[in-house]
Amino acid sequence: MAHTDVVVTGLGATTPLGGDVASTWDAMLNGQSGVSALTPDWAEQLPVRIAAQLAVDPAELLDRVKLRRLDRSEAIAIIAANQAWADAGLADSGLDPERLGVSVGSGIGGALTLLAQDDILEASGPRRVSPHTIPMLMPNGPAAWVGLELGARAGVHCVASACATGAEAITLGLDMIRAGRADVVVAGGTEAVIHQLPIAGFSSMRAMSTRNDEPEKASRPWDKARDGFVLGEGAGAIVLERADHAAARGARVYARLAGAGITSDGYDIVQPHPEGAGAVRAIAKAIADADIDRGDITHVNAHATSTPVGDLAEIKALRQALGDHPVLTATKSMSGHLLGAAGALESIATILAIRDGVVPPTINLDDPDDGLDLDVAANKARHLEIPAALNNSFGFGGHNVALVFTRA
Amino acid sequence: MTRDEITTGLAEILEEVAGVTPDDVAEGKSFTDDLDVDSLSMVEVVVAAEEKFGVKIPDNEVQNLKTVGDAVSYIEAQS
Repeated sequence: MAHTDVVVTGLGATTPLGGDVASTWDAMLNGQSGVSALTPDWAEQLPVRIAAQLAVDPAELLDRVKLRRLDRSEAIAIIAANQAWADAGLADSGLDPERLGVSVGSGIGGALTLLAQDDILEASGPRRVSPHTIPMLMPNGPAAWVGLELGARAGVHCVASACATGAEAITLGLDMIRAGRADVVVAGGTEAVIHQLPIAGFSSMRAMSTRNDEPEKASRPWDKARDGFVLGEGAGAIVLERADHAAARGARVYARLAGAGITSDGYDIVQPHPEGAGAVRAIAKAIADADIDRGDITHVNAHATSTPVGDLAEIKALRQALGDHPVLTATKSMSGHLLGAAGALESIATILAIRDGVVPPTINLDDPDDGLDLDVAANKARHLEIPAALNNSFGFGGHNVALVFTRA
Repeated sequence: MTRDEITTGLAEILEEVAGVTPDDVAEGKSFTDDLDVDSLSMVEVVVAAEEKFGVKIPDNEVQNLKTVGDAVSYIEAQS
Protein backbone atom coordinates (compact mmCIF):
# COMPACT_ATOMS: atom_id res chain seq x y z
CA MET A 1 0.00 0.00 0.00
CA ALA A 2 1.35 3.40 -0.91
CA HIS A 3 1.63 5.59 2.18
CA THR A 4 1.10 9.31 2.51
CA ASP A 5 4.50 10.94 2.04
CA VAL A 6 5.79 12.48 5.30
CA VAL A 7 8.74 14.87 5.48
CA VAL A 8 10.79 16.58 8.18
CA THR A 9 10.58 20.37 8.03
CA GLY A 10 11.92 21.49 11.40
CA LEU A 11 14.49 20.45 14.01
CA GLY A 12 15.03 21.49 17.62
CA ALA A 13 17.24 20.27 20.45
CA THR A 14 18.94 21.19 23.67
CA THR A 15 21.65 18.69 24.56
CA PRO A 16 24.89 18.17 26.46
CA LEU A 17 26.68 19.22 23.26
CA GLY A 18 24.86 22.50 22.64
CA GLY A 19 21.80 24.61 23.32
CA ASP A 20 20.43 24.14 19.81
CA VAL A 21 20.66 21.89 16.77
CA ALA A 22 23.44 23.81 14.99
CA SER A 23 25.81 23.83 17.97
CA THR A 24 25.02 20.19 18.79
CA TRP A 25 25.70 19.09 15.20
CA ASP A 26 28.95 21.09 15.05
CA ALA A 27 30.11 19.47 18.27
CA MET A 28 29.26 16.03 16.90
CA LEU A 29 31.15 16.56 13.66
CA ASN A 30 34.14 17.76 15.69
CA GLY A 31 34.02 14.68 17.92
CA GLN A 32 33.45 16.56 21.17
CA SER A 33 32.33 14.85 24.35
CA GLY A 34 29.47 16.26 26.42
CA VAL A 35 30.38 14.18 29.46
CA SER A 36 31.81 15.78 32.59
CA ALA A 37 32.23 15.23 36.32
CA LEU A 38 29.19 15.55 38.57
CA THR A 39 29.93 18.22 41.15
CA PRO A 40 26.93 18.22 43.57
CA ASP A 41 27.67 16.95 47.09
CA TRP A 42 25.32 14.01 46.61
CA ALA A 43 27.56 12.62 43.88
CA GLU A 44 30.36 11.90 46.33
CA GLN A 45 28.77 8.73 47.69
CA LEU A 46 27.87 7.30 44.26
CA PRO A 47 29.86 4.73 42.30
CA VAL A 48 29.13 6.83 39.18
CA ARG A 49 30.18 10.48 39.37
CA ILE A 50 29.95 11.53 35.71
CA ALA A 51 27.10 12.54 33.41
CA ALA A 52 26.34 14.38 30.18
CA GLN A 53 24.74 17.57 31.50
CA LEU A 54 22.95 20.18 29.41
CA ALA A 55 25.24 22.71 27.74
CA VAL A 56 22.70 25.50 28.30
CA ASP A 57 20.57 25.58 31.43
CA PRO A 58 16.84 26.14 30.75
CA ALA A 59 16.90 28.99 33.29
CA GLU A 60 18.83 31.01 30.70
CA LEU A 61 15.94 30.75 28.24
CA LEU A 62 12.68 30.53 30.17
CA ASP A 63 11.02 32.96 32.52
CA ARG A 64 11.63 32.31 36.25
CA VAL A 65 7.95 32.21 37.20
CA LYS A 66 7.12 29.86 34.33
CA LEU A 67 9.97 27.56 35.37
CA ARG A 68 8.41 27.19 38.84
CA ARG A 69 5.61 25.23 37.15
CA LEU A 70 7.82 23.08 34.95
CA ASP A 71 9.76 19.93 35.64
CA ARG A 72 13.18 20.18 34.01
CA SER A 73 12.07 17.57 31.43
CA GLU A 74 9.08 19.77 30.55
CA ALA A 75 11.14 22.97 30.32
CA ILE A 76 13.60 21.47 27.86
CA ALA A 77 10.85 19.81 25.82
CA ILE A 78 9.30 23.26 25.37
CA ILE A 79 12.67 24.73 24.36
CA ALA A 80 13.34 22.01 21.77
CA ALA A 81 9.79 22.13 20.37
CA ASN A 82 9.82 25.92 20.07
CA GLN A 83 13.10 25.73 18.16
CA ALA A 84 11.70 23.10 15.79
CA TRP A 85 8.52 25.11 15.31
CA ALA A 86 10.44 28.28 14.43
CA ASP A 87 12.85 26.30 12.24
CA ALA A 88 9.91 24.92 10.24
CA GLY A 89 8.63 28.42 9.61
CA LEU A 90 5.26 27.51 11.08
CA ALA A 91 4.99 30.39 13.54
CA ASP A 92 2.83 32.65 11.35
CA SER A 93 1.81 30.12 8.73
CA GLY A 94 -1.89 30.09 9.57
CA LEU A 95 -1.82 26.34 10.24
CA ASP A 96 -5.20 25.12 11.51
CA PRO A 97 -4.57 24.11 15.17
CA GLU A 98 -7.01 21.22 14.72
CA ARG A 99 -4.57 19.76 12.18
CA LEU A 100 -1.57 20.06 14.52
CA GLY A 101 -0.60 17.18 16.81
CA VAL A 102 2.10 16.54 19.39
CA SER A 103 3.87 13.28 20.24
CA VAL A 104 6.53 13.84 22.89
CA GLY A 105 7.59 11.13 25.30
CA SER A 106 9.87 10.65 28.25
CA GLY A 107 11.51 7.50 29.52
CA ILE A 108 11.20 8.26 33.21
CA GLY A 109 9.10 11.42 33.50
CA GLY A 110 9.16 14.07 36.21
CA ALA A 111 11.40 12.21 38.64
CA LEU A 112 13.27 15.35 39.73
CA THR A 113 9.97 16.90 40.82
CA LEU A 114 8.83 13.73 42.58
CA LEU A 115 12.07 13.51 44.53
CA ALA A 116 12.24 17.22 45.37
CA GLN A 117 8.64 17.31 46.57
CA ASP A 118 9.18 14.16 48.61
CA ASP A 119 12.06 15.95 50.36
CA ILE A 120 9.65 18.83 51.15
CA LEU A 121 6.98 16.40 52.34
CA GLU A 122 9.39 14.66 54.70
CA ALA A 123 10.92 17.88 56.01
CA SER A 124 7.89 20.20 56.24
CA GLY A 125 4.70 18.17 55.86
CA PRO A 126 2.03 17.79 53.20
CA ARG A 127 0.79 21.40 53.23
CA ARG A 128 4.14 22.56 51.87
CA VAL A 129 3.98 20.25 48.84
CA SER A 130 3.62 22.40 45.72
CA PRO A 131 0.22 22.51 44.00
CA HIS A 132 2.15 22.18 40.74
CA THR A 133 3.56 18.77 41.74
CA ILE A 134 1.18 16.59 39.73
CA PRO A 135 1.32 18.46 36.40
CA MET A 136 5.09 18.61 36.83
CA LEU A 137 5.63 14.89 37.39
CA MET A 138 2.95 13.36 35.16
CA PRO A 139 4.54 11.55 32.22
CA ASN A 140 2.35 13.35 29.68
CA GLY A 141 3.43 16.72 31.10
CA PRO A 142 6.08 17.48 28.46
CA ALA A 143 3.70 16.63 25.59
CA ALA A 144 0.91 18.64 27.20
CA TRP A 145 3.12 21.70 27.69
CA VAL A 146 4.38 21.55 24.11
CA GLY A 147 0.77 21.28 22.97
CA LEU A 148 -0.14 24.33 25.05
CA GLU A 149 2.79 26.35 23.73
CA LEU A 150 1.87 25.62 20.11
CA GLY A 151 -1.91 25.47 20.54
CA ALA A 152 -2.09 21.92 19.15
CA ARG A 153 -5.62 20.52 18.98
CA ALA A 154 -5.33 17.35 16.88
CA GLY A 155 -4.23 15.30 19.90
CA VAL A 156 -1.32 15.42 22.31
CA HIS A 157 0.33 12.10 23.03
CA CYS A 158 2.95 10.70 25.35
CA VAL A 159 4.80 7.55 24.42
CA ALA A 160 6.85 5.73 27.03
CA SER A 161 9.15 2.90 25.95
CA ALA A 162 12.28 3.63 28.00
CA CYS A 163 15.26 4.32 25.75
CA ALA A 164 13.19 3.77 22.59
CA THR A 165 10.74 6.52 23.58
CA GLY A 166 11.97 9.31 21.30
CA ALA A 167 11.94 7.08 18.23
CA GLU A 168 8.58 5.54 19.08
CA ALA A 169 7.10 9.02 19.57
CA ILE A 170 8.27 9.84 16.05
CA THR A 171 6.59 6.71 14.67
CA LEU A 172 3.35 7.75 16.36
CA GLY A 173 3.65 11.14 14.64
CA LEU A 174 4.14 9.35 11.33
CA ASP A 175 1.06 7.22 11.98
CA MET A 176 -1.03 10.28 12.87
CA ILE A 177 -0.24 11.95 9.55
CA ARG A 178 -0.65 8.76 7.52
CA ALA A 179 -4.02 8.11 9.18
CA GLY A 180 -5.16 11.61 8.27
CA ARG A 181 -5.50 12.78 11.88
CA ALA A 182 -3.03 15.64 11.46
CA ASP A 183 -1.10 17.55 8.79
CA VAL A 184 1.76 18.49 11.11
CA VAL A 185 3.06 16.72 14.22
CA VAL A 186 5.78 17.94 16.56
CA ALA A 187 7.42 14.71 17.73
CA GLY A 188 10.33 13.81 19.95
CA GLY A 189 11.52 13.01 23.43
CA THR A 190 12.83 14.58 26.59
CA GLU A 191 14.72 13.41 29.67
CA ALA A 192 16.17 15.10 32.73
CA VAL A 193 16.88 12.72 35.58
CA ILE A 194 20.44 13.49 36.60
CA HIS A 195 19.93 12.84 40.31
CA GLN A 196 21.34 10.39 42.78
CA LEU A 197 18.35 8.02 42.82
CA PRO A 198 18.18 7.20 39.07
CA ILE A 199 21.97 7.02 38.98
CA ALA A 200 22.02 4.67 41.98
CA GLY A 201 19.33 2.54 40.35
CA PHE A 202 21.11 2.25 37.03
CA SER A 203 24.43 1.60 38.73
CA SER A 204 22.92 -1.11 40.89
CA MET A 205 22.06 -2.80 37.59
CA ARG A 206 25.77 -2.47 36.72
CA ALA A 207 24.63 -0.69 33.55
CA MET A 208 26.68 2.50 33.91
CA SER A 209 30.27 3.37 33.22
CA THR A 210 32.36 4.02 36.33
CA ARG A 211 35.21 5.65 34.44
CA ASN A 212 35.00 8.62 36.82
CA ASP A 213 38.57 9.77 36.29
CA GLU A 214 38.16 10.24 32.53
CA PRO A 215 34.60 11.51 31.91
CA GLU A 216 35.19 12.31 28.25
CA LYS A 217 36.39 8.77 27.56
CA ALA A 218 33.62 7.00 29.51
CA SER A 219 31.11 6.56 26.68
CA ARG A 220 32.89 4.28 24.21
CA PRO A 221 30.51 2.11 22.18
CA TRP A 222 32.10 -1.02 20.62
CA ASP A 223 35.47 -0.35 22.26
CA LYS A 224 36.96 -3.30 24.17
CA ALA A 225 37.27 -1.19 27.32
CA ARG A 226 33.61 -0.06 27.41
CA ASP A 227 32.00 -0.56 30.80
CA GLY A 228 28.48 0.82 30.53
CA PHE A 229 26.50 3.86 29.43
CA VAL A 230 26.80 7.47 30.57
CA LEU A 231 23.57 9.14 31.66
CA GLY A 232 22.70 12.27 29.71
CA GLU A 233 19.91 14.83 29.77
CA GLY A 234 18.31 16.75 26.94
CA ALA A 235 15.42 17.05 24.54
CA GLY A 236 14.94 16.73 20.80
CA ALA A 237 11.95 17.56 18.60
CA ILE A 238 11.29 17.26 14.90
CA VAL A 239 8.46 18.67 12.85
CA LEU A 240 6.80 15.98 10.72
CA GLU A 241 4.61 17.26 7.94
CA ARG A 242 2.52 15.80 5.14
CA ALA A 243 4.73 16.27 2.07
CA ASP A 244 2.10 18.03 -0.05
CA HIS A 245 1.29 20.33 2.88
CA ALA A 246 4.96 21.27 3.15
CA ALA A 247 5.25 21.76 -0.60
CA ALA A 248 2.15 23.97 -0.73
CA ARG A 249 3.64 26.42 1.76
CA GLY A 250 7.11 26.25 0.20
CA ALA A 251 8.70 24.78 3.32
CA ARG A 252 12.34 23.72 3.44
CA VAL A 253 12.49 19.92 3.64
CA TYR A 254 15.37 18.21 5.48
CA ALA A 255 14.49 14.61 4.65
CA ARG A 256 11.64 12.15 4.30
CA LEU A 257 10.60 9.90 7.13
CA ALA A 258 10.10 7.02 4.74
CA GLY A 259 9.35 4.17 7.11
CA ALA A 260 9.23 2.84 10.62
CA GLY A 261 9.30 -0.58 12.25
CA ILE A 262 8.37 -1.48 15.82
CA THR A 263 8.70 -4.87 17.50
CA SER A 264 8.88 -6.22 21.04
CA ASP A 265 11.26 -8.95 22.19
CA GLY A 266 9.06 -10.96 24.53
CA TYR A 267 12.35 -12.13 26.03
CA ASP A 268 13.51 -10.26 29.15
CA ILE A 269 12.56 -7.11 31.02
CA VAL A 270 16.02 -5.56 30.66
CA GLN A 271 18.40 -7.86 28.75
CA PRO A 272 18.46 -7.44 24.99
CA HIS A 273 17.96 -10.62 23.00
CA PRO A 274 21.54 -11.92 22.51
CA GLU A 275 21.10 -12.27 18.74
CA GLY A 276 19.08 -9.08 18.45
CA ALA A 277 16.12 -10.99 16.99
CA GLY A 278 13.60 -8.26 17.79
CA ALA A 279 15.91 -5.64 16.33
CA VAL A 280 16.29 -7.63 13.09
CA ARG A 281 12.52 -7.76 12.70
CA ALA A 282 12.14 -4.04 13.46
CA ILE A 283 14.75 -3.09 10.85
CA ALA A 284 13.17 -5.39 8.25
CA LYS A 285 9.75 -3.88 8.93
CA ALA A 286 11.10 -0.34 8.61
CA ILE A 287 12.75 -1.14 5.25
CA ALA A 288 9.57 -2.78 3.96
CA ASP A 289 7.50 0.16 5.22
CA ALA A 290 9.82 2.58 3.43
CA ASP A 291 9.57 0.44 0.29
CA ILE A 292 13.28 0.77 -0.50
CA ASP A 293 16.10 -1.67 -1.14
CA ARG A 294 18.25 -2.36 1.90
CA GLY A 295 21.27 -1.53 -0.24
CA ASP A 296 20.10 2.10 -0.35
CA ILE A 297 20.80 2.42 3.38
CA THR A 298 24.42 3.50 3.49
CA HIS A 299 24.48 4.81 7.07
CA VAL A 300 23.18 3.68 10.46
CA ASN A 301 22.96 5.77 13.61
CA ALA A 302 23.09 2.83 16.00
CA HIS A 303 21.53 2.56 19.44
CA ALA A 304 24.93 1.42 20.81
CA THR A 305 25.01 2.71 24.37
CA SER A 306 28.48 1.45 25.39
CA THR A 307 27.25 -1.59 27.33
CA PRO A 308 29.14 -4.87 26.87
CA VAL A 309 26.18 -7.02 25.73
CA GLY A 310 23.91 -4.57 23.90
CA ASP A 311 26.50 -3.11 21.55
CA LEU A 312 27.38 -6.47 20.01
CA ALA A 313 23.80 -7.78 19.85
CA GLU A 314 23.01 -4.77 17.67
CA ILE A 315 25.97 -5.50 15.39
CA LYS A 316 24.65 -9.03 14.83
CA ALA A 317 21.20 -7.64 14.10
CA LEU A 318 22.52 -5.06 11.65
CA ARG A 319 24.62 -7.62 9.78
CA GLN A 320 21.62 -9.91 9.44
CA ALA A 321 19.06 -7.23 8.54
CA LEU A 322 21.16 -4.94 6.36
CA GLY A 323 24.38 -6.68 5.36
CA ASP A 324 27.88 -5.32 5.80
CA HIS A 325 27.85 -2.23 3.58
CA PRO A 326 26.51 0.62 5.81
CA VAL A 327 28.80 2.96 7.71
CA LEU A 328 27.80 2.99 11.37
CA THR A 329 28.15 5.50 14.11
CA ALA A 330 27.19 5.78 17.77
CA THR A 331 26.68 9.42 18.64
CA LYS A 332 26.08 8.44 22.28
CA SER A 333 29.88 8.32 22.47
CA MET A 334 29.61 12.14 22.50
CA SER A 335 26.14 12.99 23.82
CA GLY A 336 25.87 10.30 26.47
CA HIS A 337 22.63 8.36 26.68
CA LEU A 338 19.61 10.66 26.74
CA LEU A 339 17.21 7.76 27.51
CA GLY A 340 13.76 8.91 26.34
CA ALA A 341 15.27 11.71 24.26
CA ALA A 342 17.93 9.52 22.62
CA GLY A 343 15.82 8.45 19.65
CA ALA A 344 14.87 12.05 18.95
CA LEU A 345 18.40 13.44 19.13
CA GLU A 346 19.75 10.55 17.06
CA SER A 347 17.01 11.03 14.45
CA ILE A 348 18.16 14.64 14.16
CA ALA A 349 21.77 13.45 13.71
CA THR A 350 20.61 10.94 11.10
CA ILE A 351 18.64 13.58 9.19
CA LEU A 352 21.58 15.99 9.18
CA ALA A 353 23.96 13.22 8.11
CA ILE A 354 21.75 12.69 5.06
CA ARG A 355 21.54 16.43 4.35
CA ASP A 356 25.27 17.08 4.70
CA GLY A 357 26.57 13.77 3.33
CA VAL A 358 28.67 13.16 6.42
CA VAL A 359 28.69 10.52 9.16
CA PRO A 360 29.50 11.91 12.60
CA PRO A 361 32.23 10.03 14.43
CA THR A 362 32.09 7.42 17.19
CA ILE A 363 34.66 8.79 19.59
CA ASN A 364 36.74 6.71 22.00
CA LEU A 365 36.72 3.75 19.63
CA ASP A 366 40.43 3.10 20.18
CA ASP A 367 40.46 -0.68 20.40
CA PRO A 368 37.47 -2.16 18.55
CA ASP A 369 35.86 -5.21 20.12
CA ASP A 370 36.49 -8.49 18.31
CA GLY A 371 32.77 -8.80 17.63
CA LEU A 372 32.69 -5.51 15.72
CA ASP A 373 32.83 -6.69 12.11
CA LEU A 374 31.04 -3.74 10.49
CA ASP A 375 32.43 -0.41 9.30
CA VAL A 376 32.27 2.39 11.88
CA ALA A 377 33.26 6.04 11.42
CA ALA A 378 35.73 5.71 14.27
CA ASN A 379 37.01 8.90 15.89
CA LYS A 380 36.64 11.02 12.74
CA ALA A 381 33.66 12.20 10.72
CA ARG A 382 33.44 10.60 7.30
CA HIS A 383 32.01 11.99 4.06
CA LEU A 384 29.54 9.63 2.44
CA GLU A 385 26.68 9.64 -0.05
CA ILE A 386 23.61 8.87 2.03
CA PRO A 387 20.44 8.33 0.00
CA ALA A 388 18.84 6.57 2.97
CA ALA A 389 19.79 6.02 6.61
CA LEU A 390 18.58 3.98 9.55
CA ASN A 391 18.20 5.04 13.17
CA ASN A 392 17.84 2.29 15.77
CA SER A 393 16.47 2.65 19.30
CA PHE A 394 15.95 -0.08 21.87
CA GLY A 395 14.53 0.16 25.37
CA PHE A 396 14.23 -1.71 28.65
CA GLY A 397 11.09 -3.77 28.33
CA GLY A 398 12.19 -5.22 25.00
CA HIS A 399 11.13 -2.32 22.79
CA ASN A 400 12.74 -2.12 19.33
CA VAL A 401 12.19 0.82 17.00
CA ALA A 402 13.83 1.37 13.62
CA LEU A 403 13.33 4.53 11.55
CA VAL A 404 14.29 4.95 7.90
CA PHE A 405 14.96 8.48 6.66
CA THR A 406 15.65 9.21 3.00
CA ARG A 407 16.99 12.20 1.09
CA ALA A 408 14.33 14.82 0.37
CA MET B 1 2.22 45.00 61.84
CA THR B 2 0.52 47.79 59.86
CA ARG B 3 -1.70 47.22 56.84
CA ASP B 4 0.98 48.73 54.63
CA GLU B 5 3.58 46.31 55.97
CA ILE B 6 1.27 43.37 55.33
CA THR B 7 0.59 44.62 51.79
CA THR B 8 4.31 44.93 51.15
CA GLY B 9 4.84 41.39 52.46
CA LEU B 10 2.09 40.06 50.20
CA ALA B 11 3.61 41.90 47.25
CA GLU B 12 6.93 40.12 47.86
CA ILE B 13 5.15 36.75 47.88
CA LEU B 14 3.15 37.58 44.76
CA GLU B 15 6.30 38.56 42.91
CA GLU B 16 8.10 35.37 43.90
CA VAL B 17 5.21 33.00 43.21
CA ALA B 18 3.39 34.58 40.27
CA GLY B 19 5.71 37.24 38.86
CA VAL B 20 3.40 40.10 39.85
CA THR B 21 5.09 43.51 39.73
CA PRO B 22 5.16 44.80 43.36
CA ASP B 23 3.97 48.28 42.33
CA ASP B 24 0.76 46.72 40.99
CA VAL B 25 -0.17 45.30 44.38
CA ALA B 26 -2.72 47.47 46.21
CA GLU B 27 -5.61 46.76 48.57
CA GLY B 28 -8.27 47.30 45.92
CA LYS B 29 -6.77 44.78 43.46
CA SER B 30 -8.45 41.44 42.81
CA PHE B 31 -6.05 38.47 42.85
CA THR B 32 -7.62 36.77 39.85
CA ASP B 33 -9.02 39.62 37.76
CA ASP B 34 -6.35 42.29 38.27
CA LEU B 35 -3.19 40.39 39.18
CA ASP B 36 -3.71 37.22 37.05
CA VAL B 37 -3.09 34.86 39.97
CA ASP B 38 -4.58 31.51 39.03
CA SER B 39 -5.98 28.95 41.48
CA LEU B 40 -2.78 26.92 41.86
CA SER B 41 -0.66 30.01 42.38
CA MET B 42 -3.21 31.23 44.96
CA VAL B 43 -2.55 28.06 46.94
CA GLU B 44 1.14 28.90 46.92
CA VAL B 45 0.44 32.48 47.99
CA VAL B 46 -1.67 31.30 50.93
CA VAL B 47 0.93 28.80 52.15
CA ALA B 48 3.71 31.38 51.83
CA ALA B 49 1.60 34.00 53.65
CA GLU B 50 0.91 31.58 56.51
CA GLU B 51 4.63 31.11 56.91
CA LYS B 52 5.56 34.77 56.55
CA PHE B 53 2.91 36.19 58.89
CA GLY B 54 2.59 33.27 61.32
CA VAL B 55 -1.14 32.82 60.73
CA LYS B 56 -3.48 30.03 59.64
CA ILE B 57 -5.63 30.56 56.55
CA PRO B 58 -8.03 27.61 56.21
CA ASP B 59 -9.13 26.57 52.72
CA ASN B 60 -12.74 27.64 53.37
CA GLU B 61 -11.49 31.18 54.11
CA VAL B 62 -9.43 31.44 50.94
CA GLN B 63 -12.51 31.76 48.72
CA ASN B 64 -13.47 34.92 50.65
CA LEU B 65 -10.13 36.58 49.96
CA LYS B 66 -10.99 38.17 46.62
CA THR B 67 -8.78 41.24 46.91
CA VAL B 68 -5.44 42.08 48.41
CA GLY B 69 -7.35 44.17 50.98
CA ASP B 70 -9.42 41.10 52.00
CA ALA B 71 -6.20 39.19 52.65
CA VAL B 72 -4.62 42.08 54.56
CA SER B 73 -7.70 42.34 56.79
CA TYR B 74 -7.74 38.61 57.47
CA ILE B 75 -4.03 38.51 58.32
CA GLU B 76 -4.31 41.66 60.45
CA ALA B 77 -7.17 40.11 62.47
CA GLN B 78 -5.28 36.82 62.99
CA SER B 79 -1.87 38.20 63.92
